[in-house]
Amino acid sequence: MINADIQTVMPELVLAVFAMLALLGAVYTGKDKVARLLVWATAAVMLALALWIGTNDAGANSAFAGSFTDDAFSRFAKVAILISGAAVMLAGRATMERRGLLRFEYPVLIALASVGMMVMVSAGDLMVLYMGLELQSLSLYVIAALNRDSTKSSEAGLKYFVLGALSSGLLLYGASLSYGYAGTTLFSGIITSVNDGHVGMGLLIGLAFVVAGLAFKVSAVPFHMWTPDVYEGSPTPITAFFATAPKLAAMGLLARVLFDAFGGAIADWQQILGLLAVLSMFLGAVAAIGQKNIKRLMAYSSIAHMGFALLGLAAGTVFGVQSMLVYMAIYLTMNVGTFAFIMSMERDGKPITDISSLNLYARTEPLKALAMLVLLFSLAGVPPMVGFFGKFYVLKAAVEAGLTWLAVAGVIASVIGAFYYLRIVYFMYFGEENDGVETNMSPAAWVALVGSAAIMILGVVNLLGIEGAAATAAAALVN
Amino acid sequence: MIGLEQYLSLAAGLFVIGIFGLFLNRKNIIILLMSIELMLLSVNINLVAFSHFLNDLVGQVFTMFVLTVAAAEAAIGLAILVSFFRNRGSIAVEDVNVMKG
Repeated sequence: MINADIQTVMPELVLAVFAMLALLGAVYTGKDKVARLLVWATAAVMLALALWIGTNDAGANSAFAGSFTDDAFSRFAKVAILISGAAVMLAGRATMERRGLLRFEYPVLIALASVGMMVMVSAGDLMVLYMGLELQSLSLYVIAALNRDSTKSSEAGLKYFVLGALSSGLLLYGASLSYGYAGTTLFSGIITSVNDGHVGMGLLIGLAFVVAGLAFKVSAVPFHMWTPDVYEGSPTPITAFFATAPKLAAMGLLARVLFDAFGGAIADWQQILGLLAVLSMFLGAVAAIGQKNIKRLMAYSSIAHMGFALLGLAAGTVFGVQSMLVYMAIYLTMNVGTFAFIMSMERDGKPITDISSLNLYARTEPLKALAMLVLLFSLAGVPPMVGFFGKFYVLKAAVEAGLTWLAVAGVIASVIGAFYYLRIVYFMYFGEENDGVETNMSPAAWVALVGSAAIMILGVVNLLGIEGAAATAAAALVN
Repeated sequence: MIGLEQYLSLAAGLFVIGIFGLFLNRKNIIILLMSIELMLLSVNINLVAFSHFLNDLVGQVFTMFVLTVAAAEAAIGLAILVSFFRNRGSIAVEDVNVMKG
């Protein structure tokens, strides 16, 4: 019994034990001198685990009396989390080293945050949900403040901590009410007390608090206010991490709670999610227009993208979940590439993030500018880039579920949002003469940038097969 | 006789005080940490009360987890606060304003 349980959580165990051994090993040996080695080792372990989980077709298993679920949905999310985490770490290694920030805690904390995220997407119990979420959040608070000598970085860590702790408190209050009114913390138990079609008032309030807590983590409006500050203040390679894996993990967790625990009350949460989605799409599109700092712009861009992903979830159907997963996978790929570029932006060895510094960038670096053009078009959802298909699927899911007005709002928001992406392209190709920007890229960052741009074009053929995997994953979640 | 409603009202009251402490406090970041702690502890009252009235131990197990996490959270919060103080020389809430917009 216990052996089978441990077998089910083996990937998480391996990564957790690796992180602890790496911490011990680094403290007892060269400390920051082994940081570079540790980055490579952590990335290798994460990629190996992704391969292992991805090729393991074990069906659906649950461990520890149903509190941990390993199914196609969690495997899809885990593979995406591990690959994007490793990619961001490898692409950012050289930048961290140039800024003198490559401490050995960095790979260890990323590995621990990844363990937390893997637990989140597998949660089958409110306690497991909370523990996974906290392991992820606590690791992220620390890496946000990794640059100890920078006021901005420690302020970003502080803001992230205070608002993150508030959201954990809201989530926890909702969890306690759900436990009280359902009589159990197991998702499989909560769903039986919902399934008679009628949700009690206590459980409904619990649901609202849990959704509000998770909306903080995916930075959906009106719980988004930490995002721009944290993105701006953290060192850029770390911002790149914030913008990728944790977003998918929080989205996966939200989907798991809504379908596994509250799947009988779709009509009740559909409206909440629809509202969050519309607000996020519009605020993300409008507020980004005035930004001069490209990291803040990417923060609003990620808020808008989360709005679209929530739209897929709000549909409440198998196809809705599938479209959300496809959208998130595309979003991760685009962001890894875009941030690989942003983190290399510097002038005289100092990082710069002004959008205006990109003026006429295409004259000095035509290939990188072209890759950025493809990525920005894809972020804006211009056909025929892959980003368009992500938006198309989500909107189609919303229309099929009868949420036509939400889909119309989504189209309008994406048109508004296209403006600020295209403005960057305009600067790069037709801007005015100024000091310019240097982009020294390590081979890994170059591969991340050009590779993800290539995926945005080549993926048009069949979305590189993720569609089928996402369909299997969605079918495993919604039943 | 004190029933479940009384415990739930107490927890809800403390939780709301915690949230208001976060938003209305304009003085000191330490008070933010105390407010966060108050929120988590009010949830514990909820859990223990439910656990007692449902005759189910899971709520108390949950409380143990919450207490542990709250301790870790306080440690990390204070650590970040110290690093902020070193850079900024102040822990007043109004000084957390380098980034805006």
